[in-house]
Amino acid sequence: MNEETPLISAKGLSVHFGLGRKLFGEQKVVRAVENISLDIPKGSFFGLVGESGSGKTTFGRAILQAAPITNGSIAYNDGEVDYNIASLDKSDLKDYRKRAQLIFQDPYAALSPRMTVRDIIAEPLEVMGLTASRKETDKRVREMAAKCRLNLEHLRRFPHAFSGGQRQRISIARALVCQPKFLVADESVAALDVSIQADILNLLKSLTEEMGITFLFISHDLSVVAHICDHVAVMYLGRLVETAPTRELFAAPRHPYTKALLSAIPSLDPDYRGQAQKLEGEIPSPTNPPPGCKFQTRCPHAIDICRSEEPMLSQLGFEHDVACHRWEELFEDQAPAIVSAQVPEARPVPEPVPVPKPEPEPAAEEEPMAPKVLANELARLRRKTRIAITVSIIALLALPFACAL
Amino acid sequence: MSSSLIKVENLTLQFKTDEGLITAVDNVSFEVAPGEIMGLVGESGSGKSVTAKSLMQLNPGNAVYSPESRITLTTDGEDFDVLSLKTDRDLKVVRGGAVSMIFQEPMASFAPAITIGDQMVEQLLLHSDMNKKQARDHSIEMLERVGISDAPTRFGQYAFEFSGGMRQRAMIAMALSTKPKLLIADEPTTALDVTIQAQVIDLMKDLVAEFGMGILFITHDLGVIAQTADNVSVMYLGKLIETGSVRQVIRDPAHPYTQGLLHAIPKLEQLDVPLTPVPGDIPSPLDRPPGCVFHTRCSQMIEGRCDADIPTPTTLSEGHVASCFVAQYGPGGVAEASA
Repeated sequence: MNEETPLISAKGLSVHFGLGRKLFGEQKVVRAVENISLDIPKGSFFGLVGESGSGKTTFGRAILQAAPITNGSIAYNDGEVDYNIASLDKSDLKDYRKRAQLIFQDPYAALSPRMTVRDIIAEPLEVMGLTASRKETDKRVREMAAKCRLNLEHLRRFPHAFSGGQRQRISIARALVCQPKFLVADESVAALDVSIQADILNLLKSLTEEMGITFLFISHDLSVVAHICDHVAVMYLGRLVETAPTRELFAAPRHPYTKALLSAIPSLDPDYRGQAQKLEGEIPSPTNPPPGCKFQTRCPHAIDICRSEEPMLSQLGFEHDVACHRWEELFEDQAPAIVSAQVPEARPVPEPVPVPKPEPEPAAEEEPMAPKVLANELARLRRKTRIAITVSIIALLALPFACAL
Repeated sequence: MSSSLIKVENLTLQFKTDEGLITAVDNVSFEVAPGEIMGLVGESGSGKSVTAKSLMQLNPGNAVYSPESRITLTTDGEDFDVLSLKTDRDLKVVRGGAVSMIFQEPMASFAPAITIGDQMVEQLLLHSDMNKKQARDHSIEMLERVGISDAPTRFGQYAFEFSGGMRQRAMIAMALSTKPKLLIADEPTTALDVTIQAQVIDLMKDLVAEFGMGILFITHDLGVIAQTADNVSVMYLGKLIETGSVRQVIRDPAHPYTQGLLHAIPKLEQLDVPLTPVPGDIPSPLDRPPGCVFHTRCSQMIEGRCDADIPTPTTLSEGHVASCFVAQYGPGGVAEASA
């Protein structure tokens, strides 16, 4: 797997959002994702973890070309095509949309209440023109629905008739029907009950193995990620703080943040109460990140260097990287050679500002963008007709006067 | 009776809808003592929120309580039959008086265009005899108590200026400012990050110890329950299927549903064990299965018994009660009361 080129390879990726425009002075910028370099190997089930506000969703969206990329590059290579996502032209983007798909968090909000399940699953095929006839579309829809264990008799029903788990299976069927190579699942099981969650996770896992899909699984739940992913990256305030193969990360977390996340998972043992290492405070505002290491404000081990200098991502073993000044001292058991992998960029931003959450992207982009385009088209048409009607009324009113003259 | 704070007996609640009567809660009984954290666990659709809301009569107008339902609230040595209170004025004993509630989504529970402080003061003016100045000071004190720094400034801010964890803290401060005897917490940590969740759980446990109130803690997360509750009730499709102390229920679950829930939780210690979901979906309350409500998804279902007869609550050990034929009679389930 290592000699192969990775499916997704991000290099120094940054996504910044400007906050309002000021006549004078510098514009405030939210650094939602800052200088992230990450490889997602082909066929892997890659986990991306972090608290809300850590930029994981933005990163996922940037890969899908659904968030503006400020700096850096993302290479996509599935063996057939080789794209640089940051500079795709229109036809390539269209093709890329077929290859990369997204599953949303909330299965109640992601499905149109006015479309039948069949239409929902068929929409990507129709929009992208992947099928020649309605018959073929129907066939593909039924195949995919069966794969996602949906009852084929239910295809004519509307989403409101389904439970959360079933709806999430519909979302999965919709994302998979155009046979993508790459799938981003953004908190796809967060809204489900545990009893259903396990079912959806198992389904995702078996489908990706069967169809050879590479998966980016975004979640805040480390225990879910531990079970399903083979590789995990941990994000904090737009930075990558640790990345490692799942086993290694959970067996020996290096970054204090990863450790804190792990110990915050409520234990099922009633006698193990309150022994976990608790993290104080909350994630700082991304408009006003602290200088130095971004985690220093909450880190129990922070020292002077952490407050002034941003740590680099150091390689400490096979595919295990960590960005922390003190990981070596904190874990003296083993000390492999440090190879610096990333140039740090310490840019303290002055003046505190109110806290807009870090994903102020314009309205969530529905996957193949078609509904949006259609809506725009309709609105334009409506505007045109309105103008036409007004003009004709004025003309009619003016007619008698013209005659009298 | 005076030992319990609130006692729910035979609560049956149906909703009148166009499709007919929907049973949301079916013959549920439990009680919460002062200083006790009682966990109510169940999937979405199991009726846990509806049960909690009936304690404050917050269910919509189409809710029908059965005549046997009884909710008794004991406060200051007096007993109140909550369901017999009809007017808003009578209900003041409960709402804003002895019982407060915190909700799952703090952003949705605060008015967006009124400052947090004004909302806190408003309810104090309504439910206590403080004047504006006292209410303001008390609110700021409560905000400080729940760990919000710079409380006087925060007092004048709006909900959108707070982060998720802070909103939930403010919500808790608001709920506690009237000094309730019982706090109903409806999924208070579900919308929060794990690190913040741990903080909020700690805070709630501290407050119970300090104020000595009872908490009805509603959640679907058994991990959270294990960390907070003293006693647990598991709900499924409107029925209580298992109750007991937290150790009994989590260490030694008797009902197959509780067992299934525990198996479905991803555990960090056992990464090699595949996740086992509870098969199928929760049935629609419109067609409740006959017999045991769980038999459609149960792996230990006994044909001809579980799908026909309704299991009665059986005491398995002191304080540990389950409604299940398998738990009652062992795996065969048919052997007559020999155990």
